[in-house]
Amino acid sequence: MTALLQVENLVKTYPASGGLPFRRKRFTALDHVSISVDRGRTLGLVGESGSGKSTLGRCVLGLTAPDSGSVIFDGADVTKLRGAKLSEFRRRVQPVFQDPYGSLDPRWSVGRSVRESLDVFRVGTTADREQRVRDLFDRVGLNPALTDRLPSSLSGGQRQRVGIAAALASDPELIVADEPVSALDVSVQAQILNLFQDLQNDLGVATIFVTHDLGVVEHVSDDIAVLFHGELVEIGPADRILHDPQHDYTKRLLSAVPRPPLIGAGTPRPTTPLAHPTILPTSARTAPATDIPTTD
Amino acid sequence: MTSRLRFVIRRLLLTIPVLLVMSIIVFLIIRLVPGDPVRTMLGFRATAENVEQVRHELGLDRPIVTQYFDFLGGLLRGDLGTDIVSHASLADLLAQRLPVTFELTGLAMLIAVLVGVPLGVRAATGGRWIKRATEGFVVLGVSIPDFWLGIMLVLVFASTLVLLPPSGYVPFEVAPLDNLRYMALPVLTLAVGEAAYILRTTRSAVESVMTRPFVGFLRAKGVSESRIVFGHALRNAAPSIVTVIGIQVGVLLGGAIIIETLFALPGVGRLVVTAINQRNYPTVQVGVLAIAAIFILVSLVTDLVVGWLDPRVSDGAAT
Repeated sequence: MTALLQVENLVKTYPASGGLPFRRKRFTALDHVSISVDRGRTLGLVGESGSGKSTLGRCVLGLTAPDSGSVIFDGADVTKLRGAKLSEFRRRVQPVFQDPYGSLDPRWSVGRSVRESLDVFRVGTTADREQRVRDLFDRVGLNPALTDRLPSSLSGGQRQRVGIAAALASDPELIVADEPVSALDVSVQAQILNLFQDLQNDLGVATIFVTHDLGVVEHVSDDIAVLFHGELVEIGPADRILHDPQHDYTKRLLSAVPRPPLIGAGTPRPTTPLAHPTILPTSARTAPATDIPTTD
Repeated sequence: MTSRLRFVIRRLLLTIPVLLVMSIIVFLIIRLVPGDPVRTMLGFRATAENVEQVRHELGLDRPIVTQYFDFLGGLLRGDLGTDIVSHASLADLLAQRLPVTFELTGLAMLIAVLVGVPLGVRAATGGRWIKRATEGFVVLGVSIPDFWLGIMLVLVFASTLVLLPPSGYVPFEVAPLDNLRYMALPVLTLAVGEAAYILRTTRSAVESVMTRPFVGFLRAKGVSESRIVFGHALRNAAPSIVTVIGIQVGVLLGGAIIIETLFALPGVGRLVVTAINQRNYPTVQVGVLAIAAIFILVSLVTDLVVGWLDPRVSDGAAT
């Protein structure tokens, strides 16, 4: 079976700042990185800031052109897509960004933002789209009555749920989530991570989960890739990476995660990414976020 | 909606003190200008008795505070008074003159918006040559004085090419086409500077929205560039563009005074200029107050539109 996404020998360099213009060195963000993601699987992409993980995410989304190497999505080279093919690729691969406030148009109601993909890709009739937006809100645990609100009147967690609903709108096969929880409070992080897990189980959408926090990926990832200074130092099943890390850097990353004993795939999911002993009943984790947020 | 209504009522009530202060300033300033309206009316040969008699008839021999309250009382009763030179009712005069000024400023603003906003959007999102070309237009448009531009346009279109009349006016309801021919040069003169201002505002507002993170997000989601520009960037830039348009209406009304005089258009601006030369106190007072009231009204409408475009302004919950 061929992978849904196949990244091979990807190299991306940026001009480094400083130095003389004619002999300026280039900063290597990605150094011959190869990863692959199968349908319905989740890859956790871990590394410290500057490790190239976000650049890799941007290359996969087709937002940044690599210097060399290839990004193959469902058999087609992403960097060579144009016109209708590119549009179709954009429909099938959707982003979720770190700052849910920054990624929503502040003057559009959140319902309209979620609907935009449906409008752009001309999905169904107007009534279908309205219904689909309400379903999506329900799906991500938001009260459909919130569709008329502006992003500024929602809480951070609610906004990230909107961001996820907007990503799901076009029925994507791959979601690239770049630090989707790092701007959120720890308790809200847990809710969003659980939401991601539910979506993977229910919808079978493949996900690339970019984060600097191993504690975050361990609950959502089937596989984990560790990046260090633009190089892929370790990749493998989440279980193996977490319990039996081979590379020094991975070991150091793991030791930086404060935790009670490690919990791998298959064991009941903890309620917070840091395994903080705040136990919420399942219903509370996935209940619609109907509370009125305090204005900040 | 009640908060919106309260906002409107509060703003309407605020116009009262503004107009009151405005009326005092206008009343005092025109009296500070050297020259005696009665002497101007009667000429140098008038006897002292005649002067005294006319002065008494006009109420100009009364204490200045009494004169002000007479003027204010008249305004509150809806009596604008009479022009002391032509003895025409000022209400009638304004009714004749205001439409001319409205047509001039309205058309100029319309053209400025129709030119400035689309070019501003192109300048913000287009390539290098369109940026350079619009930048040149902005620098010229903002820095050329409108009276000079008016004279140049007359030279080219009226004197050399003989396409349009250099000055004069025909009411629209008498001869629509001739009216527009007479209006063309004055409107163009006013519109050039305005278009430059609006272009500059639109460009910088759209540019600043285009660098916001959500625009990158929309691109990643597959939203087309034109949809991003017109659906998101222009929508987010709209409040600042509308605010500038509202302020520029005041500038246009000021510019209209010069342009009406230059092109001999019988608008409120020219009425006031003539009245100042004749020390025609009531006409100056009422004319200037009318212009001020229009500007205040335009500001109110601007604020309402901005409040509607950006709910955070009128809800008082600014971020």
